[in-house]
Amino acid sequence: MTKYIIRRLLGVIPTLLVIITISFFIVRVAPGGPFDGERALPEVVKRNIEAKYHINDPLLVQYGRYMFDVLRGDLGPSYRYKDHDVNFYIFESLPNSMVLGVIAISISVIFGILSGMLAAIHQNSWIDYLSMALAVVGISVPLFVIGPVLQYVFAMKLGWLPTSGWFSTGDGWKTVILPALTLAFADFATIARLTRSSMLETLRSDYIRTAKAKGMKSSSIIFKHAMKGTMLPIVSYLGPAFAGIITGSVVVEQVFRIPGLGKFFVQSSFNRDYTLIVGVVIVYSVILVIMNFLVDIVYSLLDPRITYT
Amino acid sequence: MKTKQYKSLLEVKDLQTYFKTDAGIVKAVDGISFDLNEGETLGIVGESGCGKSVTNLSIMRLIQSPPGKIVGGEIFFEGLDILKLPENELRKIRGNEISMIFQDPMTSLNPFLKISTQMVETIRLHQKMSHKEALAKSIQMLQLVGIPVAEEKIYYYPHQFSGGMRQRVMIAMALSCEAKILIADEPTTALDVTIQAQILDLIVELTKKMNTAVILITHDLGVVAGMCDNVCVMYAGKIVEKAKTMELYKNPAHPYTEGLIKSVPRLDRAHKGRLFSIEGQPPNVIDLPDCCPFHPRCHKVMDVCQHHYPPTKDLGDQHEVACWLYVDEKEFPND
Repeated sequence: MTKYIIRRLLGVIPTLLVIITISFFIVRVAPGGPFDGERALPEVVKRNIEAKYHINDPLLVQYGRYMFDVLRGDLGPSYRYKDHDVNFYIFESLPNSMVLGVIAISISVIFGILSGMLAAIHQNSWIDYLSMALAVVGISVPLFVIGPVLQYVFAMKLGWLPTSGWFSTGDGWKTVILPALTLAFADFATIARLTRSSMLETLRSDYIRTAKAKGMKSSSIIFKHAMKGTMLPIVSYLGPAFAGIITGSVVVEQVFRIPGLGKFFVQSSFNRDYTLIVGVVIVYSVILVIMNFLVDIVYSLLDPRITYT
Repeated sequence: MKTKQYKSLLEVKDLQTYFKTDAGIVKAVDGISFDLNEGETLGIVGESGCGKSVTNLSIMRLIQSPPGKIVGGEIFFEGLDILKLPENELRKIRGNEISMIFQDPMTSLNPFLKISTQMVETIRLHQKMSHKEALAKSIQMLQLVGIPVAEEKIYYYPHQFSGGMRQRVMIAMALSCEAKILIADEPTTALDVTIQAQILDLIVELTKKMNTAVILITHDLGVVAGMCDNVCVMYAGKIVEKAKTMELYKNPAHPYTEGLIKSVPRLDRAHKGRLFSIEGQPPNVIDLPDCCPFHPRCHKVMDVCQHHYPPTKDLGDQHEVACWLYVDEKEFPND
């Protein structure tokens, strides 16, 4: 097992190198550049800027220089935001997105699994219909609708919570609740549906019939015999979902004015801010790779048939 | 609370289990009756889909509902109607008084739990024992079914055993509470031929030792001959013939039974040409008309067979058959 973990961790390095390389070249293949505005810059200014950022060097030279910097942990200067470098923007915003994401995914896991299980156990009852109806809403209604609706009800009408802001705006933890709920909704829906179908499938399996034939109570059958089998597909969904949610959501950040990482995914692309694009891609990839690795480990803990050597 | 007066250990009376499907109502089990006495071994034989397994799942009330439902009949265990018992009373019977071995040992044990967990929980469910005592008992049971180094292997997961070994574990688990009835639902169908005999011998040996009554479901008449005291032959959800095993083999009354016996390949008789087989397919049990379901395949078919289901006739010596051949022509319905 230890050997396997070490091997997997070593495997992360080439994976990331490939991802960085591909994204480095892809962003440069796209037409336009970071300094192409609506109004063309004077030739001299443009040449100066390009010289400063070495944009006119041969691509391979740029690539080599960039890789060297990345390996030292320096993601380079942003081509658009002049105040700080890419590292600064990421380290400033990622923790905010992580706090929000962890809270949101915890909400969706707890309530998703609970309502999915209840729905499966009471299949075709009102509990089932209610939780699946809620799940359909969660899957089909976009975040930019759910967010403002929550703001309207809980902030404007009831006045219980602030409409927007973050810790620094003075409302403390209260500001986290609405965006976390908004963000949790979609994953809650998916997890609830996944849990329901997975549990139904498990409950129909032969070994559950054996447990019933032994005279076990339904509650102990569910918790002792059906739980692990039910959790397997949810765990594999949670890996990528977790990576996605803690790297921020541009919609929720906009609606609730949260200084998170999500907006850089979108804005860096608009700005053709090469270094920032590749920077956030690296952050996302690292988290995703780690998550998938953790999923595999949890899998082997849940299912004795899976062993890694 | 048990009624003291009862004829047999298990009495099944006119049991009907139907399944609702989009295509119509499937009468998987349609009015079957049989008795099982203490220590007796009863074989239930029939083709796939004739309702053998549904019969026995009905006895344990393990029919998946929906779509299945026991719509009629009574099942008395020691004089107690199982079909009327509340859930918590039923659980005291399941696994404790009546236990089951399933067809596929690969999927019937929980792959996520150690054998020790699964065995200990069964024993502790029905007997007042500490974990340690139950574990000792489990190891003892595993030794009894011939699992080598049981005290070590009990901590294995099911996937670490072969199919035959898993079925041994199932048998050990099923007998660990000294049940009065063991229902074995095609216990050897999923196993290698070489293992089949061992598993059957094991079931016979242990149940004789513990005086457990056995219901053996199978489609293999050879297995029945070697193991059972009595046999029920099922066809399309009904019992068509019931007799003592020797009697059934010597004097099969129903043309279907006759065909079944003929189609068992035998090495001790010189065969010319092809193996005997019953022509045609088993009927679709959805919306079956009121006729003998076997008549399209029967070589002795008469006019009456196509319009009426035959009454059950007693041929003496507990030999019963549902076939118009044994009904006096004067009793034929006239229409």
